[in-house]
Amino acid sequence: MADALPVAALLLTAFMATAVVLTRDPARQAIVLSAYGLALAVLFVVLQAPDVAMSQTAIGTVVVPLVVMLAVHAIRRHHTREPDEGDER
Amino acid sequence: MSPRGRLIVGLFGATGLAVLFTLAALGLPGFGGTSHPYGQRTLPNAIARHTPNVVSSINFDQRAFDTLGEELILMASALAAVVILRTVRAEQEDAAGEHSYGRAQVYDALRLTGYLLLPVTLMTGVYIVAHGYLSPGGGFQGGVILGSAIHLIYLSGDYPALARIRPIPAFEAGEALAAGAFVVLALGFAGQVKAMNAVVGLEVGCAVVLALAKFFEQALLVRKQT
Amino acid sequence: MSQLPYLVPGWILLIGVYGIVTSRNLVHAVVCLSVAQSATYVLLLSVGYQRKATAPVFSDIKPTRNVVDPLVQAMTLTDIVVGATATALLLALTVQVAKRRGTVDPDELRSLEP
Repeated sequence: MADALPVAALLLTAFMATAVVLTRDPARQAIVLSAYGLALAVLFVVLQAPDVAMSQTAIGTVVVPLVVMLAVHAIRRHHTREPDEGDER
Repeated sequence: MSPRGRLIVGLFGATGLAVLFTLAALGLPGFGGTSHPYGQRTLPNAIARHTPNVVSSINFDQRAFDTLGEELILMASALAAVVILRTVRAEQEDAAGEHSYGRAQVYDALRLTGYLLLPVTLMTGVYIVAHGYLSPGGGFQGGVILGSAIHLIYLSGDYPALARIRPIPAFEAGEALAAGAFVVLALGFAGQVKAMNAVVGLEVGCAVVLALAKFFEQALLVRKQT
Repeated sequence: MSQLPYLVPGWILLIGVYGIVTSRNLVHAVVCLSVAQSATYVLLLSVGYQRKATAPVFSDIKPTRNVVDPLVQAMTLTDIVVGATATALLLALTVQVAKRRGTVDPDELRSLEP
């Protein structure tokens, strides 16, 4: 049972990955993705990889979810303005 | 292809992948075992070159040429994102973004926290870049922290201030200079772990700021001309 | 059966691919792709893990101490950063698709014509 901690962290990661995929609304998905990034960071610390965990915390929980949120916002602006203007391009 | 047909084809491929992956995984050395032939070969080299953080030593000394390739991928994709998201003529950019996206209504506590965390986070980023050869950290991690730190100002509700403190041309120049310096270091002076950490930190930070800036422009400022 | 932990990255990869296949929104598909990619981080670091070993940083431990495999950590490190910029690039393309076509549902994007 020496591996209890790594295995628990691995199972948490697998669970969170499933949660990210099954969240269908991208805006909510960004939040779940952030939590998944944190779960990955915890796993990396457990696997004795502090360098990687640091990088994952900064990117996986901050930068990528932020980019997803901004993309969702930018797309929503085009969606709401589209129907009456039609395809002008 | 209909969604149903796509799912069937996808499941077919996924089943094959699952079987092959399981077979491959069962052939790997056991989890947590002591067989790490490649890793063990890197250790004496890192110690001989006085780089206590072996991960930094591998990235910037023993595998510096590979890291050069990864750096250029990073620069190319950041550049491509900037080019794709440029505002075209049909879209009118809101001059200063003041009227609808001035100071947002946020709680004073949030604003204060954001302003207080900004210098601390920047300091942490510099520390992580500077001590990358010694302790966990380095140019990649510190660069991302530096690049995302200034967006705390946006969280404090002040997008115009964020736009003022990150002049895009300066960051574009910084990105280009850092990438050039990294090419020179990786080809001519591989093993200068501290210098390479600093250069990578600058480049990653600039890339993060540039890509995020373009997404912010798209999300907040661009309006379609009607 | 000490290989069982390696099945977790396999599951993450497969669930990510499943999300892409069934996706009705390109942003969702890009996020699922980044989940599928994160399987590589988990696999690499699981392969490098060693019981009773510590992190490969020798600033405060003896050089004879057992450490986990630093090579896979270095690979994962650059993988994460490059993967994030690739995700940003794909999302930029998605924004551009939304701008040109007014939709991000892959089923409504039949042809590649503008």
